[in-house]
Amino acid sequence: MLRFVLSRLFSAVPTLVLVAVTIFVLMRMVPGDPATLMLGDLAEPDQVAAMRRSMGLDDPVWVQFLTWAGQILRGDFGTSIVLGDPVLPLILDRFSVSATIVLASVLLAVAIAVPLGILAAWHQDSAGDLAVIGSSTLLLSIPSFWMGLMLLLVFGLELGWLPIVGYVPFGQDAWAAARAMILPVVTIVLVEMGSIVRMARASMIEVSRLEYITHARAKGLSERAVMWRHAFRNAFAPTWTLIGLVLGSLLANIAVIETVFTIPGLGRLMIDAIYGRDYPLVQGCLLFIAFLYVMVNLLVDLVYPLLDPRVAE
Amino acid sequence: MRRLPLNLWIGGTVVGILLLMALFAPWIAPVDPLKLDLPARMQGPGGGHLLGGDEFGRDIASRLIYGARTSVGIALVTTLVAVALGLVFGTLAGFLRGLPDRAIMIFNDAFLAFPGLLLALGFMTVFGASRTGIVIALGLAYMPVVVRLVRGTVLSVRAREYVEASRVGGNSELYTMVRHVLPNCMAPVIVLATTMFGWIILSESSLSFLGLGVPPPAPSWGNMLSTARPHAAQAPHMVILPGLCIAMSLLGVNLLGDALRDWLDPKMRG
Repeated sequence: MLRFVLSRLFSAVPTLVLVAVTIFVLMRMVPGDPATLMLGDLAEPDQVAAMRRSMGLDDPVWVQFLTWAGQILRGDFGTSIVLGDPVLPLILDRFSVSATIVLASVLLAVAIAVPLGILAAWHQDSAGDLAVIGSSTLLLSIPSFWMGLMLLLVFGLELGWLPIVGYVPFGQDAWAAARAMILPVVTIVLVEMGSIVRMARASMIEVSRLEYITHARAKGLSERAVMWRHAFRNAFAPTWTLIGLVLGSLLANIAVIETVFTIPGLGRLMIDAIYGRDYPLVQGCLLFIAFLYVMVNLLVDLVYPLLDPRVAE
Repeated sequence: MRRLPLNLWIGGTVVGILLLMALFAPWIAPVDPLKLDLPARMQGPGGGHLLGGDEFGRDIASRLIYGARTSVGIALVTTLVAVALGLVFGTLAGFLRGLPDRAIMIFNDAFLAFPGLLLALGFMTVFGASRTGIVIALGLAYMPVVVRLVRGTVLSVRAREYVEASRVGGNSELYTMVRHVLPNCMAPVIVLATTMFGWIILSESSLSFLGLGVPPPAPSWGNMLSTARPHAAQAPHMVILPGLCIAMSLLGVNLLGDALRDWLDPKMRG
């Protein structure tokens, strides 16, 4: 078990390095001279040359990469050109907003979708099963931004039950903050539910055909005991992996939801940085989200043996 | 011959209509999608325009039809780019094995370590918001999935007896690869390409919605939704219709993908 944990932790290191190299190369491919970008178009040539030296742009590429990686490791993600503030605190501040919404949504989606998928599997080919599988295929086909806009149209504009714009920090007014979060969270839950339901259902059906389930039934166990104690534990593992993937991809796709509901989250920060050609900030967001994704997957893998002990051997 | 399943019929019909709309947009569209008609600003469906007018009074029906052309065109080209690159690198990795395989897979895994749209957003920063930018960004972002599938399939197919037979029969490695291995890898690639076509339609409309995709005034479903958002209260049809088009297309593509998977590749059924 300890060997599994250690080997998994170590295998994340090359991935993180590769991600960093990819982002470093990507940011080098951006057209234009970084020193001129920092100083603006009106800068004198000798100013630019001095800036290039101070930014280390005249060093060999591998020296530049190591210097850059060293700074990242010390938590120095550079300074935003447009906002003038250090990048990392900006990211962390906005991330707290996105993380609250993403975590709440994923927890809720799992709490609804997993039992639904399992029930559908247990009553395979019944009318209820067909309704569940049909509606999840339908949900899979609805883009999140349109789902958000439709909910906004109905519950915000037509019925006037919920606020349509504005984000309220939790520390300021918890009730208003919760109200403002309802629509974004419901949107994500509806959009992400489809794939989780389908996965939970498919793996439950697969497991229920195995011999040990027949054996458990033959032993005289009640259907409920067979389902929860024997089938569910083995069927949940693939769904658990999917939940990690959903969580990770939401970190990148949250920008769309934040745009619909005007939420000042991490996704919006990155999109605005791309618009404003604020490359240090873009780079910081890319690094932060990609690293977080690797970490989420690592965490998912580390928990996996608890669901399926065979993996750790 | 098995009976064609229902999802193949529905999915095939929807995708067929989509392709026809894209192909014949200039003939189907009632008016020029860029023509301004200020009196029809945010007018509802009916009246002078079949599906109403947008914030500049441009004909929404025509813009939706041209939007299909934009989305389908971009998605087709991008899918082809991703599949072509994926076939090349995946085959090289699976065929040469050893060091080239290791090198290709290191880059591939680096790309796969990025979640969802993130890699595409990174590429959009470099290439800028344009049609070419989207095709390059999404093509590169979706390529690694194809590489991994092709490499795995090549590795499993090359171990089969008929491949061995071709080699023993005196055919060159390259001939065996092109003539016997590759054709037998195509079924899963076709299934993946269909699903990917749907992902790319969704990604392109997400990027356009974020303002990083197809630049206005050219209509795409995503940028139509983006410009409609501030007017949702006065003109809900401007928000409802483009999204309905995206959702219908995705539903069609998803059904077709499921059906093709069951039909071509029963092993992948899940």
